[in-house]
Amino acid sequence: MVPGAFSYHRPDTIDGVVSLLGEWGDDARVIAGGHSLIPVMKQRLTDISQLIDLAGVDALKGISIDGDTVTIGAMTTQHELITSGTLHEVAPIIREASLQIADPQVRYVGTIGGNVANGDPANDMPGLMQTIDAKYHLAGPNGERTVAARDFYEAAYFTAREEDEILTSISFVAKKGGYAYEKQKRKIGDYATAAAGVLLSMDDGVCSSASIALTNLSDTPVYCDAAVEVLVGSSVDDNSITKAVKAAVEASDPVADTRGPVDFKKYVAGVIVKRAIQSAKTRV
Amino acid sequence: MNEISPPKEERSAALSGLGTSRKRVEDARFTQGKGNYVDDIKLPGMLFGDFVRSPYAHARVKSINTEKAMAVPGVHAVLTAADLEPLSLHWMPTLAGDKQMVLADGKVLFQAQEVAFVVADDRYAAADGVAAVEVEYEELPVIVDPFKAEVDGAPILREDIADQKEGAHGPRRHPNHIFTWESGDREATQAVLEQADVVAEEMIYYHRTHPCPLETCGSVASMDKVNGKLTVWGTFQAPHAVRTVASLISGIAEHNIRIISPDIGGGFGNKVGVYPGYVCSIVASIVTGVPVKWVEDRSDNLMATAFARDYWMKGRISATKDGKITALHCHTTADHGAFDACADPTKFPAGFMNICTGSYDIPTAYLAVDGIYTNKAPGGVAYRCSFRVTEAAYFIERMIEVLAIKLNMDAAELRSKNFIKKEQFPYQSALGWEYDSGDYHTGWEKALKAVGYEDLRKEQAERVEAFKRGETRKLLGIGLSHFTEIVGAGPVKNCDILGLGMFDSCEIRIHPTGSAIARLGTISQGQGHATTFAQILASEIGIPAEDITLEEGDTDTAPYGLGTYGSRSTPVAGAATAMAGRKIRAKAQMIAAYLLEVHDNDLEWDVDRFVVKGSPERFKTMKEIAFASYNQAIPGVEPGLEAVSYYDPPNMTYPFGSYVCVMEIDVDTGTTEIRQVFALDDCGTRINPMIIEGQVHGGLTEALAIAMGQEIAYDEKGNVTTGTLMDFFIPTAVETPNYQTDYTVTPSPHHPIGAKGVGESPNVGGVPAFSNAVHDAFRAFGLTQTHMPHDHWRIWKTAESLGLHD
Amino acid sequence: MEKMHIKMTVNGKNVDLLTEPRTLLIHALREELGITGPHVGCSSSHCGACTIDMNGMSVKSCSVFAAQADGAEITTIEGLGTPDALHVLQEMFKEHHGLQCGYCTPGMITRAYRLLQENPTPTEEEVRFGIAGNLCRCTGYQNIVKAILEAATKMNEMKESA
Repeated sequence: MVPGAFSYHRPDTIDGVVSLLGEWGDDARVIAGGHSLIPVMKQRLTDISQLIDLAGVDALKGISIDGDTVTIGAMTTQHELITSGTLHEVAPIIREASLQIADPQVRYVGTIGGNVANGDPANDMPGLMQTIDAKYHLAGPNGERTVAARDFYEAAYFTAREEDEILTSISFVAKKGGYAYEKQKRKIGDYATAAAGVLLSMDDGVCSSASIALTNLSDTPVYCDAAVEVLVGSSVDDNSITKAVKAAVEASDPVADTRGPVDFKKYVAGVIVKRAIQSAKTRV
Repeated sequence: MNEISPPKEERSAALSGLGTSRKRVEDARFTQGKGNYVDDIKLPGMLFGDFVRSPYAHARVKSINTEKAMAVPGVHAVLTAADLEPLSLHWMPTLAGDKQMVLADGKVLFQAQEVAFVVADDRYAAADGVAAVEVEYEELPVIVDPFKAEVDGAPILREDIADQKEGAHGPRRHPNHIFTWESGDREATQAVLEQADVVAEEMIYYHRTHPCPLETCGSVASMDKVNGKLTVWGTFQAPHAVRTVASLISGIAEHNIRIISPDIGGGFGNKVGVYPGYVCSIVASIVTGVPVKWVEDRSDNLMATAFARDYWMKGRISATKDGKITALHCHTTADHGAFDACADPTKFPAGFMNICTGSYDIPTAYLAVDGIYTNKAPGGVAYRCSFRVTEAAYFIERMIEVLAIKLNMDAAELRSKNFIKKEQFPYQSALGWEYDSGDYHTGWEKALKAVGYEDLRKEQAERVEAFKRGETRKLLGIGLSHFTEIVGAGPVKNCDILGLGMFDSCEIRIHPTGSAIARLGTISQGQGHATTFAQILASEIGIPAEDITLEEGDTDTAPYGLGTYGSRSTPVAGAATAMAGRKIRAKAQMIAAYLLEVHDNDLEWDVDRFVVKGSPERFKTMKEIAFASYNQAIPGVEPGLEAVSYYDPPNMTYPFGSYVCVMEIDVDTGTTEIRQVFALDDCGTRINPMIIEGQVHGGLTEALAIAMGQEIAYDEKGNVTTGTLMDFFIPTAVETPNYQTDYTVTPSPHHPIGAKGVGESPNVGGVPAFSNAVHDAFRAFGLTQTHMPHDHWRIWKTAESLGLHD
Repeated sequence: MEKMHIKMTVNGKNVDLLTEPRTLLIHALREELGITGPHVGCSSSHCGACTIDMNGMSVKSCSVFAAQADGAEITTIEGLGTPDALHVLQEMFKEHHGLQCGYCTPGMITRAYRLLQENPTPTEEEVRFGIAGNLCRCTGYQNIVKAILEAATKMNEMKESA
């Protein structure tokens, strides 16, 4: 299986990318790490005549921490996320999630931008970004704008990003507290059968803030407002966890696939959310 | 001639012969990236071929328009059935007495079936050409359930043989029925079952899967018009058989065909049969006059090449109240896909399924197998097993468990009580096989002791109680398996592949300076033949293994053999190797006698030399004899030192083993964790312990994959839902546990070196061990049977159905 | 389709390629440069048989266009040792029977090489996790893991005595 023919571009600025997207419209696609896009191109499920390689755009790389605001360039690889000591200090949930994505080779090349921008419901970073309340920074012909991760996903492969925009970076405010990214999968490297990201902070035994988002349990990541509401103000005791889990499962809408039928996925989603909350609590 | 020979042990060690863990000669090239696989082959002017494949499981092909494809830059030709028909190659015979389409002839019968073959400059242009071929299909109703294939109104799949009431294996009762094969005594078995104290009945399903070697199938065909010779390199586990078949179907004389199996990246049965890709690459080479390469990709391999298993086995087993088995009844529905391309000896359309009495002394038994056509890929092949032996072993090892439940007995004890006893060998099974040798009790006790079986049962009982008290959500399963395999096909009188008797061969030539070259009729796909067969020879003829080059796979030079699959290389070619070695030694004895001026009988063989009896300082080494054979004029003895043996085995061989798997199951997620795998194998004489252990590790891992998630699954429209490695489960190093291995040695009495073969035993014994662990975990809660694969959602469903969730 | 000019360093040698943008790096290596050590085992980026070392990273060359590798420094199995001076990984794979059919072996050793650069003293668990992107059908991984662990020990000994 090999792709159809295309022309290759390698601009070195964001403006260069935007201008090519504007010039070519539907015929053009950007390529980040390529490990989601190239398999699809090999099956000829896409019609790309202009491929725009983002690897030459230095402005898309780098992790910077300013106070408690973290900014990650869209072309930062999973490997760079995992090996960044400074990032791990302020947001350990990222390394925990990233290590559960794919395999070592894919992590060397796969980027955070590639993982979040195309709206693939199976990817782990979108749910994670919703958990940490990240903001996506987009650049287009009309300038820059910011969309919250929690507002970004509309349906499978449909996002708030316009065709002529690219994701340039992701930023979030790092929070102290408990964290967990729990993922059930059939084997190492598989997408999630069910996964959940949880952040939790407690003050004197009372939950002061929480965040729960689900991965691959709907056609977009699912931020569980109702479950969060149950936890905040509670002591995160078994009773509240049970109620929060129920709310999270109700918010999920998994599809049946080779990983299993809907009733199985819903049940496992509950188990995963429960374990994530319990794990996060131990790390508060 | 005044020295005494160095000590025996020292000389033996220098040979690296039988029983040593000799390091592999193959590793030098493989670790340096210098293997020579089919896709590495590049010839001047070579073109690349690729298939247009059907998206539908069942459809009429109304038209194929190749105009646009021919206009694609780099495309040279597009072949369809119409182009192959004048050569009578649009259909080809299968190994099971059926025929299959090479290219779609009027209709397609399974998803991914080959429709047209595009030949182009390279694989990119070929892919462009494939995308440009326009095919008009008219969808037809699909059969994916073999139990629905013969109901009223079922569509007829094989219109080409719809009126044939006689198939290759007897009468056909319906157009979608292929054969019914029987073994044993139906009336007697029925009678025993009716009178029995206890009868247990269960449907045991061994699901459809696929051998999936890491290297896919491929060929490079080169028709040399100048010399009139066709050369084909390919992923062939049976190169000579391919040559004979190629000659018969193409009309090219066999001496003008050369088949070469280069390095093969795993076979596991996938590469035994002939595929449309091979035929099309040959035709394309003839048509274009240049070499043509065809290499399929992974999805093609999983979706269109021969599947394995897919046997629905309905079992009834009877016993006395205290657990002595009295009869076994098995009715199997075999889903063969659209063409019966089962790789079996011709007289055995269900392979050796009648080994299904297993390791047990069962006096009365009956087996019937119905083969059925469905809209799935053709097959099936013996995926790392002998023909249908995994199915048989799984069947009996599950029925034993089901019976144990019925009798409320410990399953280890039930087995032990019914094992064929050591004194009963050679043992005549009720279904007609003579098991050569065995000692089941010794290995079984060793295995149970090694895992601490009694303690495990105690732990399990405590765990059940803890679970019921709500203290844990994990169950413990102890999976038992005692398998007896039948391998080493086989005696020519009843074993043939397309009429070619299943003997095998070895030819040896000793060079003047004492090293040698040997060639065999088999072909390694990773089993290390170049290393191990040299060891057999070293022990027979006293030349160090490292001085023996061992080749396979080139039909112009290798003696005729039936290839490597079904663990047959050691039992058959290994025997031929020993016999050829003994012929060498016999001639060497005559030469030594001449040189030492004694009578043949005055000499005795001592590791690597002939020594005059009573005069240890008078000897001739094989090395000296070799040179002498080239420069001595010995009356009555031809010059040179060479021998060939074609070995017709008197029987199959019967390796066996005791496996135990201890597994933890999380009932809420359906996930499993393997705590321990213990595998004790008896393959008779052990040629290279290191390689045996490697085979066991590999086979157990394939078994783990099969039992715990690997499947070729279809939806109701005949779409393959597991056509990539995303969904077709191949475990990584993370899912795979460490294995503990052990062995006993019960030589085969009829094999020249007592060896039985081992490559496939771990898959045969492993699947029941893993599957029985899952079943055993739920036994206390009432489970008798749940079908494989035991992936997360199926285990979860089992827990759900037993009421273990809330 | 128009071809593009790609320059890379492969196993220490500078190479110049003229190829279509869509040419996958694995095919550029195998077909155009005759470097047939890395293999194709799947079409969905799962099996790792195509693994090479590129710019200090383990990369699946079936999922990279040659165009993306312009300017890259690439090492394949062929560049890890010489017949007279094998890499210790190559020696240990032979010593511990860490291969059978050999098809996964180039990718596996190339990955193991980078793994030991990342982590010179891995535990068994870390080795298994570290090679999770490389599938093997023959060995069951046990001997591969042994080979890598012993290679690590030997490489560390060599470093200490140096």
